[in-house]
Amino acid sequence: MNVTLHVWRQKQGAGKGRMVRYEARNVSEDMSFLEMLDVVNEELIEKGEEPIAFDHDCREGICGMCGFMINGVAHGPVPGTTVCELHMRHFKDGDDLYIEPWRARAFPVIKDLVVNRSAFDRIIAAGGYISVSTGSAPDGNAIPVPKEKAERAMDAAACIGCGACVAACPNAAAALFTGAKITHLAMLPQGAPERPQRALKMVLQMKEEMFGHCTNIGECEAVCPKQISIEVIARMNHDFIRASWSEREAPYRADQPAGEPSAGGCQ
Amino acid sequence: MSAIAVDLKVKQGFRFYESTIGKKVVMAVTGFILFGFVVGHLIGNLQVFGPPEKINNYAVMLRTVPAALWAARIVLLLSVVLHIVASIQLTKLKWDARPVKYQIKENVGSTYASRTMMWSGPIIAAFVIYHLLHFTFGWRVLSPHFDQHNVYNNIIYGFQFWPASLFYIVAMVLLGMHLYHGVWSMFQTLGVSHPRYTPWLRRLALAFALFVAGGNILIPAAVLTGYLKPVMGV
Ligand code: HEM
Ligand code: FES
Repeated sequence: MNVTLHVWRQKQGAGKGRMVRYEARNVSEDMSFLEMLDVVNEELIEKGEEPIAFDHDCREGICGMCGFMINGVAHGPVPGTTVCELHMRHFKDGDDLYIEPWRARAFPVIKDLVVNRSAFDRIIAAGGYISVSTGSAPDGNAIPVPKEKAERAMDAAACIGCGACVAACPNAAAALFTGAKITHLAMLPQGAPERPQRALKMVLQMKEEMFGHCTNIGECEAVCPKQISIEVIARMNHDFIRASWSEREAPYRADQPAGEPSAGGCQ
Repeated sequence: MSAIAVDLKVKQGFRFYESTIGKKVVMAVTGFILFGFVVGHLIGNLQVFGPPEKINNYAVMLRTVPAALWAARIVLLLSVVLHIVASIQLTKLKWDARPVKYQIKENVGSTYASRTMMWSGPIIAAFVIYHLLHFTFGWRVLSPHFDQHNVYNNIIYGFQFWPASLFYIVAMVLLGMHLYHGVWSMFQTLGVSHPRYTPWLRRLALAFALFVAGGNILIPAAVLTGYLKPVMGV
């Protein structure tokens, strides 16, 4: 099959870019979308042109590196699928495909389809962890975890941090990502001690990173390759509201550098 | 937010509202108050389908305790102001959050109503101002027959002027849409979600949206079709 691509090309360090048209010929329907781009890139290299830059790593839907918009939908038309796992059989011969990077102030374009998602790392650094003492490994079953709680934590932990939720959201909000991380730790006993502080710090960091606000419309869960439900956003709201009511001291202080949201850039 | 020097206590107080969730909580709580008012208002007004004295007496009753009337008005006014201020601040954030737009963007998971809250909201606000001038203050230009003691006739004369009815009906359709998303959304904002009852919250929102829009539209519709007529000498 043949498809026409319209790809966002932006030079590294350039503030602006533009859509460029490419013809992808003799595409096998068994190729993944990224393999199709690999073939296009090889032709470009042969012609002495700059190949299309896109992020990828595992190519099996688990690392969260890949991702761009195909015809206005994050990760393309198949629900619950990353672009690396999206196959060309889902497209028709002669299709026109518009390929754009994630668009958000918090995700500046590095080059072509590659965006900088360090803002997510800084949200995690603000509180998406548990503090554990070093020493010998504790007994695996020492802390009971109810099955249902473990399931909910696992469902949220499925988030691979790809950024499709931000890309699909009309407000460029990071609520599904942050909600997933907060829920993942909040459901487990190990996450309980830091639960209020975590919600406060991570939610404030979202704003610091210039993500927009959640309007509960559900575009994010519709494109999430891991099909995480917006229930995690309610969980985040719940934890944040509760922590705001009940906290007794400032959640971050000058002598607590790791959690200082203004540190912006700490990894 | 880099200034650690800022007094932490003061910062703590403002921090809740500073977050996007804090602003949304303000929208949800004020939205809930306005929603409660809208439902109560409709139930009161449906008395227009009873004998004319009924709604006229109801209007008198509402004004028997001026302190209560003003307390309610102040709470409502405050809610409207906070709701609008928060919505403008959030919209500003949203614009800043995506400086470069997509060439193509599809909506795959959201309702039309949920994406147009910033359209339905301001139009409802414009309608509310018009509505107050029309029926509460009885501005002569809009209500030439206005009589403070005959609410029944005011409603009927008011709606016999079809452009007024049309604006009213359009605004109520938009209010229905605003509530269809809003009544569900406020639970989510406040952190209430459960696979067992969240689907019911969505149905509840739909039911209220239909009730509020439908109930309110019934009144101008009844006037325009001649079902409700002005009465003399009440
Ligand atoms: C009778 C009047 C109104 C009622 C009953 C009402 C009710 C609500 C409710 C319940 C919500 C949901 C809050 C949430 O998502 O947590 C909401 C959201 C919203 N309202 Fe209103 N509202 C009214 C008037 C207005 C007006 C006058 C505006 C004009 C600016 C407005 C703009 C919005 C916007 C933009 C949202 C979405 C907020 C967001 O999700 O970010 N509303 N409204
Ligand atoms: S490349 Fe790892 S998820 Fe797609």
